[in-house]
Amino acid sequence: MRAKRQVVEGRDGVPETIPVFRRSDGSVGVRNYVAVLSTVACANEVAARIAAGISGARPFLHHRGCGQLQSDLRQVERTLIGLGTNGNVGAVLLVDLGCEGIQVDRVQAAIQQAGRPIQRVSIQALGGSRRAIRVGRDACRALASVSRRGRREPMPRNQLLIGIKCGASDNTSGVAANPAVGQMVDALVDGGATVIVGETTEFLGAEHLLMRRAATPAAARAIRRITSAMQERALAAGGDMLGGQPSLGNIQGGITTIEEKSLGAVSKAGTREIRGVLEYGERPPGPGLYLMDGPGFEPQALTGLAAAGAQVLVFSTGRGAPQGFPLAPVVKVSGNRTTCRHLRGHIDVDVSDVLTCGKDLKAAGQRVLASVVAAAAGAITRGERTGYDLTADIYTRGPFL
Amino acid sequence: MRDTRRAHALVIHPRDNVAVVLYDLAPGTEVETVVRGRRSHITVRERIPAYHKFALLRIRRGGRVVKYGEAIGEATANICPGAHVHVHNVQSRRVRPREG
Repeated sequence: MRAKRQVVEGRDGVPETIPVFRRSDGSVGVRNYVAVLSTVACANEVAARIAAGISGARPFLHHRGCGQLQSDLRQVERTLIGLGTNGNVGAVLLVDLGCEGIQVDRVQAAIQQAGRPIQRVSIQALGGSRRAIRVGRDACRALASVSRRGRREPMPRNQLLIGIKCGASDNTSGVAANPAVGQMVDALVDGGATVIVGETTEFLGAEHLLMRRAATPAAARAIRRITSAMQERALAAGGDMLGGQPSLGNIQGGITTIEEKSLGAVSKAGTREIRGVLEYGERPPGPGLYLMDGPGFEPQALTGLAAAGAQVLVFSTGRGAPQGFPLAPVVKVSGNRTTCRHLRGHIDVDVSDVLTCGKDLKAAGQRVLASVVAAAAGAITRGERTGYDLTADIYTRGPFL
Repeated sequence: MRDTRRAHALVIHPRDNVAVVLYDLAPGTEVETVVRGRRSHITVRERIPAYHKFALLRIRRGGRVVKYGEAIGEATANICPGAHVHVHNVQSRRVRPREG
């Protein structure tokens, strides 16, 4: 008889254990990347060229790191540390310019302390971009060969940390994709996993529903505080969010106001107790459901979730957002039948039958869960296949100086 | 959860005064909605693009537009049953340009 790999399935028919990479700091990963982290906008192109074509190397590029307020520079450092210590990252190559505002030493020390092999390439110290790329590629190959020795081993799926985001929403998002994702969130949280839902802007008009679910009065106050602060910032900057939130595309898709968008968006957070509110990129203190303060803008929202440790990102979309993320697989879910057909190459889970055939949302949620667990076990997502993942950024609040 | 094969418009919550259409609807199309198992019919007055909303009831200027059982904004004009409900006749009650 042929030996069969044993897969233990939960009551929901989805595997209970997932093969993952274990890191020395206790975190687990579903991928085994060498993260090539640019420390500042000025180092982006060198970082991209270092990583190009090296198997397992993933560049993270952004437009921050200098000419910013101290508080924002600290946020960039925290975010880079969070990304460098994400369980999906087996080794790190820092690419710095040499005169940036952030303190690269701090970033390097923190990632090193978490036990990740780390190397650093400084463009100015090496005499410019050409030499930095050459030295960087050698360092990157060496890190990749060490990192490749890592092997997957089974682990209960409740060790997963999942980040949730919606984007390019339309009016199908609030009635199909987001509630289907919400069903998956409930199932994960009930099983003891950790889930983070971001996008403070999209709590506006729905914060009372979230506050009712807060585990503690402090968590409820935090939900009100971050939502009011986001509203105040929008008002202070001139007021009319229309066109930005909801976006012109959202409006074409039938969404009229930020309240309508939010009420549809928060259904992706399921129905369970909200344990607390995290700062942008902050690690959750334990399992359960958390909200994260930050914007809805895709390139910044995905980064915040990954910096908080999310190994898989679930992204619901109506009109069809194409981007993935360099350091975590992104599972795209859509309930718009036209988008599912037309942007087939970008959508992992089609839940449009919830609307067209009156199919059960719970079953749709199971399909999302199965897809997330499969991606965690190594299945390649559409975003990974298209390789559309360099458009990331870091959220900061202050002006550029 | 909802019967949407026969009903061409989705009423998400029994308190809602708008419905979401699932296909482009031409003016004069009669639409069936099902709320708590009760069917009713309404004729849309203008073209309603797929996934956009129309009014189920008369909504007075300044009145709340309700979807998901919650206020999504206020009417900036009187809205007739069957009329397209969108940015031309609804505004946010939360974030909008300051007067002046």
